[in-house]
Amino acid sequence: MEVGAYVPVALFLFAVIALVFAPLMTWVERKQSALMQDRIGANRADILGIKAIGLLHPIADAIKMITKEDTVPDGGDRLLHTLAPIIATVPAMISFAVIPYGGSYQAWGAEWDLVVADLDYGVLYIFAVASLATYGNVLAGWASNNNWGMLGGIRVAAQMISYEVAMGVSAVGVFMIFGTLRLTDMGFAQQETFRLLGFVEHLGWVGAGTWWVELIKIPMWGIFLQPLAFFLFLTALMAENKRAPFDIPEGESEIIAGYFIEYSGMKFGLFYMGEWVEVVVISGLMTAMFLGGWSIPYLPDDVLVEFLRHGVGLNMANVLAMIAHVATFFLKVIVLIWFQQLIRWSVPRFRYDQVMNLGWKILLPLSLANIVITGLGILIIGEIMN
Amino acid sequence: MTEQVIFYVSAFVALISAAGVVLNVRNTLYAALCLVITMLSLAVLFILLNAEFIGVLQVMVYAGAIVVLFLFVIMLLNIRGGDMGADRQPVLKVIGTLLIVGASVKLVPLLSESRRAWPEVGPEFGTVRAIGGTLYTDYLLAFEIAGVLLLAGIVGAVVMGKQRID
Amino acid sequence: MIEAWEYQVVAGLLFMIGTLGVLVRRNVIVIVMCIELMLNAANLSLIAFSRQWGNHDGQIFVFMVIVVAAVEVAVGLAIILRLVSNRDTVNIEDTSLLKW
Repeated sequence: MEVGAYVPVALFLFAVIALVFAPLMTWVERKQSALMQDRIGANRADILGIKAIGLLHPIADAIKMITKEDTVPDGGDRLLHTLAPIIATVPAMISFAVIPYGGSYQAWGAEWDLVVADLDYGVLYIFAVASLATYGNVLAGWASNNNWGMLGGIRVAAQMISYEVAMGVSAVGVFMIFGTLRLTDMGFAQQETFRLLGFVEHLGWVGAGTWWVELIKIPMWGIFLQPLAFFLFLTALMAENKRAPFDIPEGESEIIAGYFIEYSGMKFGLFYMGEWVEVVVISGLMTAMFLGGWSIPYLPDDVLVEFLRHGVGLNMANVLAMIAHVATFFLKVIVLIWFQQLIRWSVPRFRYDQVMNLGWKILLPLSLANIVITGLGILIIGEIMN
Repeated sequence: MTEQVIFYVSAFVALISAAGVVLNVRNTLYAALCLVITMLSLAVLFILLNAEFIGVLQVMVYAGAIVVLFLFVIMLLNIRGGDMGADRQPVLKVIGTLLIVGASVKLVPLLSESRRAWPEVGPEFGTVRAIGGTLYTDYLLAFEIAGVLLLAGIVGAVVMGKQRID
Repeated sequence: MIEAWEYQVVAGLLFMIGTLGVLVRRNVIVIVMCIELMLNAANLSLIAFSRQWGNHDGQIFVFMVIVVAAVEVAVGLAIILRLVSNRDTVNIEDTSLLKW
């Protein structure tokens, strides 16, 4: 549980992600859906005539939600009704703690680790915390004293439990490859490259150092080593996030709004806030596990620092590398957010039985098969290498 | 010092919420929520005892899955009240309570007799790697049997929960 | 420094609370919850002993207990669902067909 000397830096960035990225997601969501549906999208909010392509809408939304009347339904449970949105939102926010958005840098005699908590069981922490968010949604459905809300709550519970299994099992392949659950270690491991045709040399078909064997090098990113796991894990995470096409708990055409049917004002906003923060968490986690984390492809951290130090000295080189890495990380995160929005606005909602079938009959068997194949692969590659 | 504070606070919370499970007669859902709080504070105690992996597992499995199942069933059956029907055996309940209180009074001094110093443990203690190493070597058979048990449990639950069409 | 016996006292009291719940509550769901409490008390005790002896055996036992608890809850709640659909009660006093 070593925490770097400059935790404030990490915490600052952490706050930036949670508090800036999430409201920004409302804008992204509106603009992307408008783009895909050939509309213009949000562009009316303005301050003194400055419209900023609709970027002011999150502020307008926040003001609207805070000033709206907060109602608790008759016969509902006031305590749980108030607690539920908080329970739903907080886990999403604290999940960020273990996601590294930069490596480790030495500058001015101190170590700068760009992760708030570098835990040995990093990914498990996210799983554990994410599973607690279920309570918020289930309790919201219960406390509303509304049949639709109740149905939504039951659906959330069923969907969460079903997809937690697939989520955990599909990630195992990645743990096997990298041999760790610590997300920073995964980040460092993914900076290496491997030769796609290296097995030819190890089998003794060609001599060492043949040029076309050396030519094709691929970064050791999770997505290249575990392509199946990437899609299985992303699907499971998106189902955990319960946005379209997995939004059966709130499916407005069937059960109106599901578990948050009786919510208004900022309590309602918190549920959405939680979902949007979760989109960012999912993207961050996928980036750290599958897309090489903060690293720039073909450019390991130490090579970058070594290259930069000739011009500006060691301290500044580390700072520049840090900036480059954080920018790379967020670029990858933004790509994944965009990808999730693309899916969200392209695919129609699943039926309830389809969601259950997908989780139990497709994702879970494929994940188990992936574990077996990965194990065999590790064994065979180990044999060839020796 | 920090350790003491964390220990006493989470032990207190664990015991109070455990009592809440038993004492929440009116609302089964609140009993389930008390159970979650017990699980979470126990997870804190586990991590305090350097059993980090088991602590996270506790949150994941107990708080994240088992109690959600309880909530699922409570909501599915829509049990808004607590114990249905009148209280039938008040005398037996009083006797049971007295027995338990008496046993606790005897138990606490007994348990506090055995004092023993902690050994120092390395940073590897309780990590995923260390637990996995023990689990897949010394306890491999037990692990496999646990897997079979889970399969049997899945089959049993499916058979039990199936609505018979007749 | 917290010592082993303090954890054991907490575990013992937790176990007693669980037993009390099984004895005095008549709601089947709450009884299963109280069994979970007892299992958790045992878990705490095992983890404390694991720390006391500095080896991982206790933690492995807890791992197994968690597996068994998960299975127990899955099957137990399925039984409760059947019970409710057949007899329309969660009170354990009403399920006395096998009682002499």
